[in-house]
Amino acid sequence: MAIKKYISNLAVIQNTAINSQTHLLKLSSNSALPTIIPGQFAELRIDGTSDVFLRRPISVNFVDYTKNELWLLVQKVGKGTQKLCELRENDNLNLLFPLGNGFTLPGDFTQKVLLIGGGVGVAPLLFLAAELAKLNCCITILIGGRSADNLLLVNDFADYGKVYFTTEDGSAGERGYVTQHSILANEKFDKIYCCGPTPMMKAVGQYACQKNIDCQISLENTMACGIGACLCCVTNTVDGHKCVCSDGPVFNINDIKWNND
Amino acid sequence: MANLKIKIGNLQLKNPVMTASGTFGYGTEFSDFIDISRLGAIIVKGTTLNSRQGNPYPRMAETPSGMLNAVGLQNKGVDYFIKQIYPTIKDIDTNIIVNVSGSCVDDYVATAERVNSLSNIPAIELNISCPNVKQGGMAFGTSCKSAQTVISAVRKVYDKTLIVKLSPNVTDIAEIARAAEDAGADSISLINTLLGMAINSETRRPILSTITGGLSGAAVKPIALRMVWQVAKAVNIPVIGLGGIMNAADAIEFFLAGASAIQVGTANFVDPTITCQIIDGINDYLERHGYSSISEIISALEE
Ligand SMILES: Cc1cc2nc3c(=O)[nH]c(=O)nc-3n(C[C@H](O)[C@H](O)[C@H](O)COP(=O)(O)OP(=O)(O)OC[C@H]3O[C@@H](n4cnc5c(N)ncnc54)[C@H](O)[C@@H]3O)c2cc1C
Ligand SMILES: Cc1cc2nc3c(=O)[nH]c(=O)nc-3n(C[C@H](O)[C@H](O)[C@H](O)COP(=O)(O)O)c2cc1C
Ligand code: FES
Repeated sequence: MAIKKYISNLAVIQNTAINSQTHLLKLSSNSALPTIIPGQFAELRIDGTSDVFLRRPISVNFVDYTKNELWLLVQKVGKGTQKLCELRENDNLNLLFPLGNGFTLPGDFTQKVLLIGGGVGVAPLLFLAAELAKLNCCITILIGGRSADNLLLVNDFADYGKVYFTTEDGSAGERGYVTQHSILANEKFDKIYCCGPTPMMKAVGQYACQKNIDCQISLENTMACGIGACLCCVTNTVDGHKCVCSDGPVFNINDIKWNND
Repeated sequence: MANLKIKIGNLQLKNPVMTASGTFGYGTEFSDFIDISRLGAIIVKGTTLNSRQGNPYPRMAETPSGMLNAVGLQNKGVDYFIKQIYPTIKDIDTNIIVNVSGSCVDDYVATAERVNSLSNIPAIELNISCPNVKQGGMAFGTSCKSAQTVISAVRKVYDKTLIVKLSPNVTDIAEIARAAEDAGADSISLINTLLGMAINSETRRPILSTITGGLSGAAVKPIALRMVWQVAKAVNIPVIGLGGIMNAADAIEFFLAGASAIQVGTANFVDPTITCQIIDGINDYLERHGYSSISEIISALEE
């Protein structure tokens, strides 16, 4: 079960701003990339300066094994992510990867799967969509954001399935939150994969429980080690505290006990 | 190759580099990155008599050159350790040391007694310095009297190497160290984390669920170094230095200040291969300065 982890330097081959807050970093490895499961993440060493002392966890956004490319989608929220977005071509980035347990893919490929992403939470879902597409699953993608500008990777997702949106200001797709989208009322899904802000994952979890749909979510707790050694990243589950980095970041919604439940 | 071997009580180390409790799991978490049998010793997670859930999330806050943690000794208890974990780590070719924690004297004694029966655990580190548990923990390490009570009680039931880990959250560290020595400690390790706090000004809330937590990492090194220097002068038993060691040069500073061995903690999160780099770096330093053995630089500070 344990997947071997690596520490290696990858070279930045492309850094593209996809909106004012978010960059897509394409990294290239000069040795063959190990097998990575969608939902797994990397711990990135930014620069070890006093400002950004610890590594930063970022999901694997996409893997191209033929080119040995690994993509990261990074949203600027603080000093570390700011520095990541400032990386230039040919800069090296030190990664610990692949970390954590990824999404469990469906055993029955005739299943209808729904991917729900909010904001930068779409990051791990692109690689997931690509792997699900290889299995010929029927994929629907629902992306939520504050406004049209926050809907990320829409065109990339369109390669793998039908894409729907919600925005809080109504600037694209249906107005409201993802859980208010008409597709949830009108269609039946066998499986939901979700990553986004906590309130969104809670709401999606509630919907999934009501409809009795298998639902996996990916959590984003703050981390120190990323490899299950420090116990800083725990989330409360039906089995007590579990490490998001090594027991997760993907959990089945039924196992999660939210703080105020 | 310089001679890196060192003795702490009856404990023979192949080199003076150990990992700090709570920062290295049970060691195996790091085996994809380094050969953990190269280490002088692995000090495993804080272990208590009964299982502990630890504190609620958030338990960690990054601070300039360091971090605060409030894990609160989450562990499944000593019996679980003995049944489930010990068999998986006992044959690693290094010294596995258990960090024994508790909230009352009886708990420390009962835990130490059980660990005493494990043939492949040559030493314990008595943690009388954890700032993250409400009862006991650090309180034992902040007065000479309570430190002596718990250490002498454990000494009665524990016959292998007894290391006592001190809290830096005291006014006179040398006095506590002498009390620990008098009570039967074979060695002293220091420092545990410094009590600290972080606030999010935007939300006007503390970042940690426990409000306060323990500071570690590069930021604490000057304090740790000063305390190691003071304690090494005050006692006749070997001192193990830790606190903010990020590289080999930091480690050398601790030896010069009087440490016979060192532990690496938070640095493992920044670079999981750092312990082995430190072992190599110590050897390079000794060769470069013409020393044949690590013992030549212990307390070699020119004052
Ligand atoms: C498993 C995992 C996968 C992730 N994947 C991605 C990804 O693909 N793309 C991406 O952009 N981000 C991702 N994140 C979040 C990312 O790690 C944080 O945004 C980042 O660590 C913040 O660092 P910083 O130095 O920029 O911000 P800091 O200066 O450390 O903090 C700035 C603000 O961000 C908040 N913050 C810090 N860490 C986190 C966190 N882990 N989650 C949420 N808020 C945080 C802080 O509370 C603070 O308000 C992921 C997190 C985890 C745990
Ligand atoms: C996440 C974390 C957990 C810790 N848990 C323990 C513990 O269980 N027992 C203990 O004695 N010290 C514990 N410590 C303290 C360290 O062992 C060490 O004393 C301290 O971090 C200072 O060293 P450093 O700056 O090299 O990390 C912990 C530290 C951290 C950061
Ligand atoms: S971040 Fe250290 S255990 Fe998860």
